[in-house]
Amino acid sequence: MSVSPTVPSTTPQRGWYKRNEIAITPWLFLLPAMLFFAVYVIIPIGQSFWISFHQWDGLGDKTWVGTANYERLLGIGEQNIDRKFEVSFWNNLRWLILYLLAIPAGLFIALFLNQTVFGIRLYKSLFFFPFVISQVVVGLVFSWFYLPNVGLFDVITGWFGIDVRGGILGNPSTATYGIIAAGLWPQTAYCMILYLTGLNAVDPEQVEAARLDGAKGRKMLWYVILPQLKPATFIAFVVTIIGALRSFDLISVMTNGGPFGSTRVLSFYMFEESLSEFGFRMGYGAAIAVVLFFIMLGFIVYFLWSMYQDEKGAH
Amino acid sequence: MFPTPIEKRPRSAQITYQAFLPVALILWLLPLLAVALFSIKPDADFTNGNYWGVPSSFEAFTNYGKVFFESNMPRYLLNSLFITIPTVIGAVALSCMAGFALGVYKFKGNLLIFFIFIAGNFVPFQILMVPVRDLTVSMNLYDTKLGLVLFHVAFQTGFCTLFMRNFIRALPFPLIEAARVEGVAEWRIFLYVVLPLMKPALAALAVLIFTFIWNDYFWAVVLTQGPDAQPVTAGITEFNSQFRAAYHLMSAGSIVAALPPVAMFFLMQKHFIAGLTLGAVK
Repeated sequence: MSVSPTVPSTTPQRGWYKRNEIAITPWLFLLPAMLFFAVYVIIPIGQSFWISFHQWDGLGDKTWVGTANYERLLGIGEQNIDRKFEVSFWNNLRWLILYLLAIPAGLFIALFLNQTVFGIRLYKSLFFFPFVISQVVVGLVFSWFYLPNVGLFDVITGWFGIDVRGGILGNPSTATYGIIAAGLWPQTAYCMILYLTGLNAVDPEQVEAARLDGAKGRKMLWYVILPQLKPATFIAFVVTIIGALRSFDLISVMTNGGPFGSTRVLSFYMFEESLSEFGFRMGYGAAIAVVLFFIMLGFIVYFLWSMYQDEKGAH
Repeated sequence: MFPTPIEKRPRSAQITYQAFLPVALILWLLPLLAVALFSIKPDADFTNGNYWGVPSSFEAFTNYGKVFFESNMPRYLLNSLFITIPTVIGAVALSCMAGFALGVYKFKGNLLIFFIFIAGNFVPFQILMVPVRDLTVSMNLYDTKLGLVLFHVAFQTGFCTLFMRNFIRALPFPLIEAARVEGVAEWRIFLYVVLPLMKPALAALAVLIFTFIWNDYFWAVVLTQGPDAQPVTAGITEFNSQFRAAYHLMSAGSIVAALPPVAMFFLMQKHFIAGLTLGAVK
């Protein structure tokens, strides 16, 4: 939209703002949001990078240490890799992979509930229920569910003669999986609701046409339904990856990183290093955060690239 | 419709389906039902090892009474409310304007700014933690509700702007053109043309942000401590150490803490799901 060139005299001179209204208005509207976002999100990312090259207790002066934090973390040079970091990293990977199970599980439940029988709306909302509850409460609920000997989980597995020593959360080899299972509960509910919405929009004519061609069951799902659910799958993928890498609440509430530090993930380890009784090692914590940031960045770039393709397609 | 509607299946399949639905639901909500059961049991049941059986007496009033009258729980609940409501208003207001700017105007950098908002929304909290905490301390806002609100507003603006911008993009653009031809000022177009059409988006975002912020735990732990400012998610851990191993009280407390977003969800279900599934359908 071009601003008309100023025609001398005849019409009374309009104000500078009036003449440039279309150009200026968007920036005025953007200003508050950009200001907040810059101060609390964009600038802190840069600051974290900066802090990660220092040794800092959060109060006194920062001491420049170059890449020493990263060398210690990754075990470059003489030293061994930080064991806690290693454990956290592998746990993050477990979270990432196992959390993706929420997508097929959510699809399965959505298919199960995509009917029109009496009361189905209420069923759908109740199945979605776990997602609305805070992760802290989910964590508490599951830690009671997993209680050794008296917890419902132990009681039920006991019927089949399975006994996990120390309970699921007390045993270093099962604790992480127990927490991931707790996390999958709300996440599956989320994926379910995405797929229910997606299924609602599936083109009935295509389904009927495929039916006439003799497609049914799994073949129909794979070749006719799933392609139409692609947007839902994309969003389910995005929120599940983000959720997996953000896992903190559940670990903090259920095991606090234990037993023997076996359930730490990067986000939790970072918090522990920077703000816990072990002291305020902000520099080292920031270095962990930077590593986590780069892991996430790979996904963010992929998400944005997909969205960019969509944007281009829309114009 | 897929899968095949159950009405078109044999009668036996219909009955099996109808009977299996409640069973599946109970299995799915089993952990929650267990907590609900815990919260109405008397203390004695736990010392006697009767964890999962029928309560020996119905103690819901005593247990929930204790939560409300003998702990800091009401304070934490109020804190949560005073953190959540201003955040909802702030984030929705900022993102309405930003979404309007990005959705209606064509200018250099439009898409770039939009993508920065989206990307910022995905970053791990930990990369923000140290500087944001530092900033909050230096503004004398550590351990205050305002400190939390300011951060939440800023961070949620990312997601909200994505939401609003896409919603505004789907509005009929000729409406805005027509107003411009009439010589309506741009800010009036926002206020009187676009804003009224955004009501469904406003409702959806408001319930979503309410739930997100109410359930936030990480930032509550990082930016506050103690009952003066901590929201209920963080307060519940303190509550639990007060009633260590008193499962009947801890579970009553958890249910109370979880209830407001649940109520919000059931009251505003349509908007909630519309917000959550934005983009799931093309």
